[in-house]
Amino acid sequence: MNNARLVVVGASLAGLRGAEAARKAGFRGRLTIVGAEPHRPYDRPPLSKQVLTGTVAPGATTLPNLVPLDAEWRLGSPATGLDRTERAVVLESGERIAYDRLLIATGARPRPWPEPAQGALEGIHTLRGRDDAAALRAALAARPDRVLVVGGGFIGCEVAAACRELDLPVTLVETGPTVLAAILGVHLGSVVAALHEARGVDLRFGSEVEAFEDDGTGRVVRARFADGRTLATDCVVVALGALRNTEWLAGSGLAFDDGGVDCDTDGYVLDTEGRPDPSIAAAGDVARFPHPLYDGRRIALEHWGHAVAQGIHAGRLLVGEGPGPAYAEVPAFWSSQGGVTIKSVGLTEGADGLVIAQGDPKTGRFLALYGRAGRCIAAVSFDSVRWLPAYAEMVASGAPFPPPGGAVDQGRLTVLPPGFPEKDDR
Amino acid sequence: MSDATLFERVKDEASRADPYPLFARLRETPVSRQSDGTYVASTHAAITQLLHDPRVSSETLPPADRPKTGNPFSDWIVKPIRDRITDAHRPFIFRDPPDHDTLRRAVMHEFTQARVQALRERSHVLVDEILDTHAASREFDVVDDLAYPLPVTIICELLGIPTEDEPQFHGWATQLATALEPDTLSDTQARSENSRTFETISDYMTGLIKEKRRHPKDDMLSGLAVDGVPGVARMGDYDLIATSILMLVAGHETTVNLITNAMLALLRNPAELARLRDDPARAPRLIEEVQRYDPPVQFRTRRALAEIAMGEVTIPEGADIILLLASGNRDPAVFPDPDRFDPDRGGTRHLGFGGGLHYCVGAPLARFEAEAALTALARRLDNPRLSADPPPYRPGSALRGPKHLRLAIDGVRRS
Repeated sequence: MNNARLVVVGASLAGLRGAEAARKAGFRGRLTIVGAEPHRPYDRPPLSKQVLTGTVAPGATTLPNLVPLDAEWRLGSPATGLDRTERAVVLESGERIAYDRLLIATGARPRPWPEPAQGALEGIHTLRGRDDAAALRAALAARPDRVLVVGGGFIGCEVAAACRELDLPVTLVETGPTVLAAILGVHLGSVVAALHEARGVDLRFGSEVEAFEDDGTGRVVRARFADGRTLATDCVVVALGALRNTEWLAGSGLAFDDGGVDCDTDGYVLDTEGRPDPSIAAAGDVARFPHPLYDGRRIALEHWGHAVAQGIHAGRLLVGEGPGPAYAEVPAFWSSQGGVTIKSVGLTEGADGLVIAQGDPKTGRFLALYGRAGRCIAAVSFDSVRWLPAYAEMVASGAPFPPPGGAVDQGRLTVLPPGFPEKDDR
Repeated sequence: MSDATLFERVKDEASRADPYPLFARLRETPVSRQSDGTYVASTHAAITQLLHDPRVSSETLPPADRPKTGNPFSDWIVKPIRDRITDAHRPFIFRDPPDHDTLRRAVMHEFTQARVQALRERSHVLVDEILDTHAASREFDVVDDLAYPLPVTIICELLGIPTEDEPQFHGWATQLATALEPDTLSDTQARSENSRTFETISDYMTGLIKEKRRHPKDDMLSGLAVDGVPGVARMGDYDLIATSILMLVAGHETTVNLITNAMLALLRNPAELARLRDDPARAPRLIEEVQRYDPPVQFRTRRALAEIAMGEVTIPEGADIILLLASGNRDPAVFPDPDRFDPDRGGTRHLGFGGGLHYCVGAPLARFEAEAALTALARRLDNPRLSADPPPYRPGSALRGPKHLRLAIDGVRRS
């Protein structure tokens, strides 16, 4: 392996940790890291929180290198193609970078506003990268009259919370019945909604923005809703989820769509015939892989810890002797909004019941356990993260649901419907 | 299979100077049932798992049972009421959420950055003042001369307890700290002595709290008694008394051992003492290593609220669980060559401050007090030598530390 060339596409958390893992595993060959943005890999969680409130500068999010990399950095040069026959990554400039091993960690980008001309109006933002965060921070620091957040997912909620922290008027519009309904269900989503409402966020559920209107000079001044009402706004954040950065794989023969590139249980990418390519692995947001914990269902996770763990797994896989144990980390994420830390293990998708396992939603500190078909599949904690490792264990081992009881600070274990809305295929 | 009386031997005073070989034997079984029905968790993994297990309760104290006086009114009317109040308002290290969380949060709210910073600076001044009084001494007892008075002064100043009242706490604090020793809890006489001490100290605190309400000052007790946490109901008086007693006892009985154990380790590893003298910036890593290698709190007791399967062993509902923190700290699976004192091993995975929900509230105080004490001792003691090794130990096995650490010195240098 020591004369080999390892190319990492994606100067991201997953890409960086993958490259480090390869070096740590003893890889002495040539290492090239390709990044679409001009920045070294940076940390995203602060971008929707401390960066917006001004307590962390956007430039202060650069990730530390944990291992000397001795890498050639090709930053600001997006990959536009992959030639698997010649084993080369094609850059925007037309330059070709040959590889023996390739790590795909190109991540995702915000789903754009469906009407491109409106999405391009001045004052309309999306939030994913460091430059997005810097632009939105500048806009918030200029104290807009009203911020409109479109979408009640995690990013939308965190942005709304940051606005309130800055004491800015903010409206959050969500087509669904409450915030975070697709991720937590209506039951817990409503708890989060109440939190934001108490902090002064103007919440509008079951409501849809139809169009943005400008003042004639290209600056957004108004949002028009599907029901004909309008709202004056001079700062809009479109937070409608993410699309995976996979277009550059067109023509490569790999199996991909805007939901990710398909991988096998080892982490190798699959071609359209379903055959693994043992010279290429994928990691992070872009990798859609069969998760052993979820009956081998293919999922792509946008979680920080996952980017780290799968990045390391893929880095080792590519320079090692072959596949080790399958990647089977329990998915986990956190969000902090409005002073509350929400942390979760497992995946709630498909849950048919939930119990409040500890604490009490009325007090703001509690832990909910989700089950499906008699097994624990996820746990979500609100300001009570210290218990979570025990529940991660229960999720990983598929412990019976509802749990037998016998925990501190536990009320009656009543199984409640989590309330997941019907899936819409937006 | 390890011996079911090993923990009995840990508690035995004969093992006090070096219980670590017993811990190594206990670790052969990560969770072992002892002959008295308690379960001892001794590996880092088992302890960490139990620290985070929601079925593990901290409410381990037996119901209060004040001694009868022979006066029927006291015994049949007053006593049951007071017993019930005690049970409902235990200090928060003996309580579970949600009450634990509310009480702890109120205390954390009073640990303001400014207050901690001021005490940090104050502790350096205090250490130098104390050492100045020993300029011509030829002997120095680390315990009596520095490791005890420093944390006691700091905790009294933090809480806002008049320093002149402090001497009477010495005995009270030591008495109450025995609540952490498993054998006290099963000893009727020790328990009744504890409850008498608790009454006495409660009366004192009641008076002090009244005084703080009349004339609030910039101290923790005034903050807890007058302000509380914004948007949260203020702590009731019984909880306030229990909380302040907890802080007082913890301030008296733990940091003293940290400073003393650290000094003992340094004198047994003179090269480290010399390095600290030349480079005071080594103090933080040194303190973390002492918290691993020889921590003041050796174990804590918990109770199983439900059956808990731990590998081959199932802890039954209701069983007492000993989390042998000091043994987890010597687990070779986490700390290579664990019996070597090595401040450069890095990482803070030690269990010296506990873990999970009940992680030591006072850790920042302990760290800066120890830093002030150790850097000054290294700099100012002239040619310190241990007068006895091992030193004599205090009786406690849970809160373990030397009773005295007498040194022969050639003098104390000027600061």
